[in-house]
Amino acid sequence: MDGIHITSLPDTWWWPFVMILVAGWLATDVWRWLGVLAGGRLREDSEVFVWVRCVATALVAGVISKLILFPQGALAETSLALRLLAASCGFAAFLTFKQRVIVGVLTGEVVLLAGWVLHDVAF
Amino acid sequence: MSASAGEPPDPSSSEKDTGAAPVSERTWMLRGARAAVSIPALILTAAFVGYAGLARETGLSLAETLVMTGFVWALPSIVVLTGGMATGMGLVPAAIAVALASVRLMPMTMALMPLVKVPGKTPTWKLLLASHFVAVTAWVYAMKNLPDMQRDGRLPFFIGFGGSVTIFVFTMTGISYMLVDHMPPIVAGALFLLTPIYFLCSLWGAARMNADKAAMIAGLALGPVFFVYVPGLDLLWTGLVGGTLAYLVTRIMRQGLS
Repeated sequence: MDGIHITSLPDTWWWPFVMILVAGWLATDVWRWLGVLAGGRLREDSEVFVWVRCVATALVAGVISKLILFPQGALAETSLALRLLAASCGFAAFLTFKQRVIVGVLTGEVVLLAGWVLHDVAF
Repeated sequence: MSASAGEPPDPSSSEKDTGAAPVSERTWMLRGARAAVSIPALILTAAFVGYAGLARETGLSLAETLVMTGFVWALPSIVVLTGGMATGMGLVPAAIAVALASVRLMPMTMALMPLVKVPGKTPTWKLLLASHFVAVTAWVYAMKNLPDMQRDGRLPFFIGFGGSVTIFVFTMTGISYMLVDHMPPIVAGALFLLTPIYFLCSLWGAARMNADKAAMIAGLALGPVFFVYVPGLDLLWTGLVGGTLAYLVTRIMRQGLS
């Protein structure tokens, strides 16, 4: 991909908004609109629907693991091991405590923050 | 499994009118707005506070950040687009990348439609409008709680819920964008971790059958592999390969090799 960036009109004030509306809003909402139009026809108990949902679930899961393994911003400063540990502990706590999302999220955060502080103190 | 649409009513929810007195659409919207004051909404807000930090670091203006938040309204797609704009990606490649990251919204919306639609009565434009609020938070809540409500109240309730969450998150994103300069890295990092852990838990909670869980595990494992070997198209391949594998394996387990 490198070297073929199409940077035709990047420096006007309105170009970012065109990007956001076309590449963001349209590219996202078109799936919601298609979902509305197709939702009346496809039966929820059909095999095709089970497959479609599998594809969608795997897609979201792919997003999750990318956010943990290749994070952006400040989280990129932490070690991969710490992020994996935090996510695993959070998920384990979620499963253990009646699948309460808040328990999973708080546990993951506590592990991350504890590991981060310990690392800063130790090094 | 626990969040299946056919679950018994949640005793804590007050939305159990059995049609004794007619309740106006406005009342249903207000009930939705009240239900939006919830822990998932707070987690989502915190995640967007973290996003505001990323947006500012990336160089997006306040207006760009807010337009993106309100119009796209799906955090992974927003992160993908922000990354694309940061690296000077062109319009078409960025649109493709975002579209690939948003494919999940179509089956999510499809699954919601039979719940909120009153056959022969609900106009399509209302459904198109409401569909903008389909994102992990509102969707998980809706799939869990709407089946316990009377049918004609569900759509206004969902619009009230989704609209309130959107307005609140939008406002908080703007406020935190302006304050984010003072955010220490450890706080920003902790906020960035909210999204993946929150999605991890709520996606598992929304899984209705083993196929969904298998797909989730396959996606978690394959996502990084495809990211390394086919960057750009990685999420599409993760969805197609992981989802199809999960579907086929669990189908054979359900029905044998027939």
